Amino acid sequence: MNQMAEPLVFRFDVDGDNFTSAGQASVQVKKNLRQLGIDPETIRRVSIAMYEGEINMVIHAKGGQADVIVSDGCIEIILADKGPGIANIEQAMQEGFSTAPDNIRSLGFGAGMGLPNMKRYTDEMQIDSVVGEGTTITMKVKY
Amino acid sequence: MTVNELAAMPGFKTVSLPDGDREINNIYIGDLLSWVMGRAKADGAWITIMSNINIVAVASLADVACIILAEGVTLDSTVAQTAEMKGVNVLTSDLPAYETAMLLKI
Repeated sequence: MNQMAEPLVFRFDVDGDNFTSAGQASVQVKKNLRQLGIDPETIRRVSIAMYEGEINMVIHAKGGQADVIVSDGCIEIILADKGPGIANIEQAMQEGFSTAPDNIRSLGFGAGMGLPNMKRYTDEMQIDSVVGEGTTITMKVKY
Repeated sequence: MTVNELAAMPGFKTVSLPDGDREINNIYIGDLLSWVMGRAKADGAWITIMSNINIVAVASLADVACIILAEGVTLDSTVAQTAEMKGVNVLTSDLPAYETAMLLKI
């Protein structure tokens, strides 16, 4: 892709009430990255990591805000919510650990793979969470 | 083989085929969506019995070549329309997932 003068920032509000529309921000980001000429595997990694984050925000936090910052060689995804926070981050990062309710599981989510997938597909991932205040997850995908 | 070629085979029915020229390079079978996103590879045929609206987003973001609904599972017409709109190929098969996979020539 062409050299960018300054980073491009995409901002999305993630609707916390509508589970069926979850993923709209990720799908839009996928389109934007494709238009920028980013390679398909990078787009796939960013899209999946962001979608998992979006789903988490809908399930646990009644929505939130997603920022995607595209600069030369790096795409940064910042997901911020004012949800319940994560009490034990180490536990939450384990594959299979989930606090999702049954109705979410019947839709095929809630398998305890969300956070591990976000880590799997990104080069850096940081979780800042305060119980009762909210969670901010910052991920970087280098390309 | 391409998704068009698969759709023309006996045993498969087309639900949406907006991008039928895509080549199928691998197969993934699974119903837990996060598991699929974590494990399925791009350009694969994803065989599942899950049919809610979220499978369209998962297929699109994971960049699979097509969804195949096994066991005679059908897709709601609004979900089918969404798939068509989002460029996601969806086929159905009356066979179980494993037997469906065995029909694919990849």
